[in-house]
Amino acid sequence: MISTLVDVPRTACHSLTMKIDKGSSGSAIEFRLDGGSGVPTYLQLVHQVEHALRLGMLVPGDQLPKVKDVVAALAINPNTVLKAYRELEHKGLAVGRPGQGTFIDATLDVVPVREQQSLRRSLMRWLTTASDAGLDEHAIKALFTSALYDLSRQRGEAAS
Amino acid sequence: MSSVIETRGLGKRYGRAWALRDCSLAIPAGRVVALVGPNGAGKTTLLHLAVGLTEPSAGDIVVLGDIRPGRDKALTRIGFVAQDTPLYPTLSVADTMRLVSCLSARFDEAHARARLAAIDIPLSRKVGHLSGGQRSQVALAVALARHPELLILDEPVARLDPLARHEFMAALMTAVAEDGISVLLSSHVVSELERVCDHLVVLAEGRTQVIGDVEDLLASHRVLTGPVGQAEAVLGGAVVVSENRTERQATLLVRDADRITPLPSWQVQETNLEEIVLSYLRFPQASALPGPALNRAVSA
Repeated sequence: MISTLVDVPRTACHSLTMKIDKGSSGSAIEFRLDGGSGVPTYLQLVHQVEHALRLGMLVPGDQLPKVKDVVAALAINPNTVLKAYRELEHKGLAVGRPGQGTFIDATLDVVPVREQQSLRRSLMRWLTTASDAGLDEHAIKALFTSALYDLSRQRGEAAS
Repeated sequence: MSSVIETRGLGKRYGRAWALRDCSLAIPAGRVVALVGPNGAGKTTLLHLAVGLTEPSAGDIVVLGDIRPGRDKALTRIGFVAQDTPLYPTLSVADTMRLVSCLSARFDEAHARARLAAIDIPLSRKVGHLSGGQRSQVALAVALARHPELLILDEPVARLDPLARHEFMAALMTAVAEDGISVLLSSHVVSELERVCDHLVVLAEGRTQVIGDVEDLLASHRVLTGPVGQAEAVLGGAVVVSENRTERQATLLVRDADRITPLPSWQVQETNLEEIVLSYLRFPQASALPGPALNRAVSA
């Protein structure tokens, strides 16, 4: 679901990493793209910033890579980067300062470890039930994905 | 939103054969637009009509608001990089720039030199001795140094290896970020355009088949897979672009996917630009043309 910074590139052709010298550009993270993931490019950038926030690699005050630098490194449309940064601003995670760039403005609420462990235990119980019922790995994944899709549809309808 | 190119009923005939016919489109400003289609679809003809290298046999075309292609007002504001980036192979890079500065009043030689120095292209080398990637970078630098509002490129990366392609697109996108130029580029390779282009025009057999924002196209198309007997039920108001059916299973690529009726036994998957384009090209009777763009087209 959420692309991470630590994924091993699938193929050299499809994955391009952007290297930014922290000292010179002031940016704390580097973006990479997964061409085969099917996730829109701007969302991949958004997810990578959120992931870095969760891991504490980005903290309030940090500057995100300059649009021009991202464009030059990844060979993507500047509007895509602008859209990602607007989305981060919309989520209240970043703020744009005219003439300077986009800066991290908030931390991301991390689900407490205890709650995550509890969720994991209940998921394990469900997985065991599904496996006992005869579902193999692919069937479980298909069911999970389909249920997740329904959930996001329901949430979407409730929101609109 | 203003348009950099608008056509209405545009056609071009060579002898008895129509290379382009009944082409009506409006290409928005400030975008990177991909013109896609198989060989012989009429891409180069449309681009040549837009820069004034050839005259229409039918219909109208105007550029940058209301200018006829080829007029001085258009020539100075539009950059064009032709197919295979034709440059004089026996001239050095420096001599090429001297030549262009004599031919073009708007040529900013310092701009071109700075651009080429940044990517380590030796100015003293003959153009014919450069790699394909370097040659295309020289052509791009020369075109950008005229500070065009609209840059038109015909198959700029078709013959480049993946690294040179990436470097070329990075240079082009940097120019878009820095100068806000509009770009129209043709290609028959779709896979890499998704990241670069935000607007798409598909030409097939001389006609426009798809016109739209890449984002809208990705959002409105889905691939549905499920039991063949329920295919009509799942579709709802969605439009089938392409389909594969076996006795039991149907795989449908549909447009207006928000109008489907979700059924538990059907899988709904997102798709990519390449799959969408290929589906349209395989089924020429399918098309996705916006009404408003046609109505907006020129009346002059």
